[in-house]
Amino acid sequence: MRQQVEGSRAIAQAVAWCRPAVVPAYPITPQTHIVEAVGAMAKEGTLSPCEYLTVESEFSAMSAAIGASATGARTYTATASQGLLFMAEALYNAAGLGLPIVMTVANRAIGAPINIWNDHSDSMSQRDAGWVQLYAEDNQAAVGLHVVAFRLAEELSVPVMVCVDGFVLTHAFEPIELPGQELVDAYLPPYHPRQLLDPEEPVTIGAMVGPEAFTEVRYLAHHQLLQANDRFPALAGEYAAVSGQRLSALSAYAVEGARTVVVALGSVCGTIKDAVDELDASIGVLALTLYRPFPAAAVRAALSGADHVIVLERAFAPGAGGVVSADVRAALAGLPARVSTVVAGLGGRAVTKASVQTLLAQAEEGRLGELSFLDLRTDLVDRELGRRDDVHRTGPHASHLLRETGVPSTRIG
Amino acid sequence: MSEGVKFYQIGSRAVGNRLLDESLRTGQASPDRQNTLNSGHRACQGCGEALGARYVVDAAFRAAKGKLIAVNGTGCLEVFSTPYPESSWQLPWLHSLFANAASVASGVAAALKATGRDDIRVLAQGGDGATVDIGLAAVSGMFERNDDVLYVCYDNQAYMNTGVQRSGATPPAARTATTEAVGPRPGNLFGAGKDMPRIAMAHEISYVATATVAELHDLEAKVEKAMSLRGARYLHVLVPCPLGWGSAPADTIRLARLAQRSGLFPVYEAENGEVTSTLPIRGQVPVEDYLRPQKRFAHLFGDRPDTEVLSRLQLLADRNIARFGLLPEEVH
Amino acid sequence: MLDVRFHGRGGQGVVTAAELLSVAAFVDGHESQAFPSFGSERMGAPVVSFCRISDVAIRVREPVTQPDAVVVLDASLLHQVDLFAGLSPTGYVLINSVRTLPELGIEELVDRHDADRLVTLPATDLARQHLGRPLPNISLLGAFAALTGAVSLGSIATAVRQRFGSDVAELNVAAARAAYTIVKEARRAPAG
Repeated sequence: MRQQVEGSRAIAQAVAWCRPAVVPAYPITPQTHIVEAVGAMAKEGTLSPCEYLTVESEFSAMSAAIGASATGARTYTATASQGLLFMAEALYNAAGLGLPIVMTVANRAIGAPINIWNDHSDSMSQRDAGWVQLYAEDNQAAVGLHVVAFRLAEELSVPVMVCVDGFVLTHAFEPIELPGQELVDAYLPPYHPRQLLDPEEPVTIGAMVGPEAFTEVRYLAHHQLLQANDRFPALAGEYAAVSGQRLSALSAYAVEGARTVVVALGSVCGTIKDAVDELDASIGVLALTLYRPFPAAAVRAALSGADHVIVLERAFAPGAGGVVSADVRAALAGLPARVSTVVAGLGGRAVTKASVQTLLAQAEEGRLGELSFLDLRTDLVDRELGRRDDVHRTGPHASHLLRETGVPSTRIG
Repeated sequence: MSEGVKFYQIGSRAVGNRLLDESLRTGQASPDRQNTLNSGHRACQGCGEALGARYVVDAAFRAAKGKLIAVNGTGCLEVFSTPYPESSWQLPWLHSLFANAASVASGVAAALKATGRDDIRVLAQGGDGATVDIGLAAVSGMFERNDDVLYVCYDNQAYMNTGVQRSGATPPAARTATTEAVGPRPGNLFGAGKDMPRIAMAHEISYVATATVAELHDLEAKVEKAMSLRGARYLHVLVPCPLGWGSAPADTIRLARLAQRSGLFPVYEAENGEVTSTLPIRGQVPVEDYLRPQKRFAHLFGDRPDTEVLSRLQLLADRNIARFGLLPEEVH
Repeated sequence: MLDVRFHGRGGQGVVTAAELLSVAAFVDGHESQAFPSFGSERMGAPVVSFCRISDVAIRVREPVTQPDAVVVLDASLLHQVDLFAGLSPTGYVLINSVRTLPELGIEELVDRHDADRLVTLPATDLARQHLGRPLPNISLLGAFAALTGAVSLGSIATAVRQRFGSDVAELNVAAARAAYTIVKEARRAPAG
């Protein structure tokens, strides 16, 4: 059924149709609408049987998920930003133990400075925790990705993180074709664990592993994650067959024959496609959905014809540069393409069609450097740096900058 | 697990005391016993936690008719019981992280409930560091939600597994690696120490009890009582650590008894926030008798005993005795 | 594509207005997108929300900086915030106010835009009348439908009924209809 619905609601509904038996929940902006909706469904009985645990922190949420999953229950939770960091230890634990937990990350910036708006710094910070990472381009994709995530997780015994841009997608109303219970049941069978806490067949889960075997255990985890490069497209294909909704590890838009290709993840891809359409230039867009494991071979194949690859990132590595760019560069090793990193939309600053077109014009004129920050207010930066040279007691980092930009509520974009 | 156990210790208080009627002996006294924590683990000689855990988990296992899942926090028990690739555990057992045994156990209980298997019971275990410090939020959350978990804290009063560092349960004046017996105020400072059993009582959960490895019948009985109830329950067991306390391995049970008899470790039960029973002190001892055999208190003794600290410790003991009414009524 | 921007204060239903407009457009068979400019949930703080209506799938995600229509739920924002930034010369303006445009002191707006497309409406009063509460958002949606023709009154009613319980929904629908009628009739009368 096609409906005009809020992203969070659609995601919650899709998750409920996947029949999670245990949902630990802890609130954090901007995922709250998701866990609230799931909670309401569990409470009124439309999602049943389901134990909805209102835990006391995100660390507790992921911990409870670990216990539930090891006990044979399909388990789901959601978080963002600071919450994801607070459960970092448990993320690694879940992946290391091979538990097929599915989690929505409503992408939000990480403080300091505290910021509740959208960028990818949270999920990028945990890209090596051993979870599959999927990035939704829009809410239609977000819905399908959650359903496929449970299949993928349970097949590979690897936890899966579905990343959905906070606010921009979670709080957006748009038309979504919702699959419905019957379709999801046809696609997603009941959970049959590979390991189970069961008095009939006792096992010890979580023992210490020493130097003599740790490397092998970690290698196997790497191997499992790499399987997603094949299994995600295959399972997404099965989903497409029953639902008509297409999902893929990456999707190429006007890439064939393009001299310049912009690579990006998440909702910003839509804006970039609109920007590119209005330009009379040979520019394509490669939207990545699968980020971990990194689909290196597919990325290389897609970009093999490009002269210039621009990676538009929603996060960055301070003191180093791009995050996704590093993976892209490695995938393109040996090819002649030039790779530029553009850091954009940090902390929720809107990535506008106009800015993207300006940056693409710069690229066409050969004026785009290796690393740049889109819409950076160099005047503010220079003024602050000057102030720091003059004054020792400069006070909190953010305060003088905000003084220059004026009251935030008077700005639109 | 079916091989009969041979006992060479005759007449001990712990096992196989022929003076006791069979029906009064502990479950451990049976030659047909099957231990959920099997031999072969790597605990130190005289480890109070190994003794306590064996009694607790066996009693819980019996009470649950074999349908028990154990969740362990990181710590001595977890480390010595699962030296890869071996495991001492004969029941389903999960170790996740240091701070989260309570949350993980909450998740296990939720999964059992959601999948219609809540005839299977859940036991969470952790040391004092895991329980009162790094895992306190998780434990409190579990209590507050009344999740169906029995949480057992094995309290050896410091972070033993990492080399005897002070925890929130370390008693005043005790020497640890981070509260050395040096300087003007050697050892742990006064005012330190979280009273976890009373924190548990403040949550008004159905059952809270303290116990020691000196009174093993009492310990077993408390586990059985706890297992007869549902919802969040808490058991706090004093388990002397010869290594960390600087005591003789053979003194473990004796020290636990002295702790209770001095009043420094009150033994009692509480239900829904109210104390319901106490183990009376029979043969009260001054705190010195308990402290002297432990090197972690050695700096209080010697040529110039620290009478000021000793009397403050005695005051703590006296306060516990008064608070819980631990001295039996005078018989007239 | 019709880009709409709503301005108001927290608690006035600015976000709901954009959402319901997008649902109404969907019901009418259009593609639509709605989202708020996000901030902490605080009553009384200035809030902005956006709605795009199109006949092709909408991919762009940026805030509406070049609106084709601006709806103002709280006229007290008029001289505090640049509400009409980026407004197209042929754009629509709908302001919740008992006062007229000259009385509001925004003559330059009248000079630069098509007078036919600028409307003030006492939406809060209408809401009090029909709902018993000073929530102007749904009334303004009715007025919007009349002013722009971008959505039908019927689809607004459908959207409202989907969102609210039956009693509240009908009161809101009545308020929207009343506002619709007022705007329709005002536009039929000669400009004065």
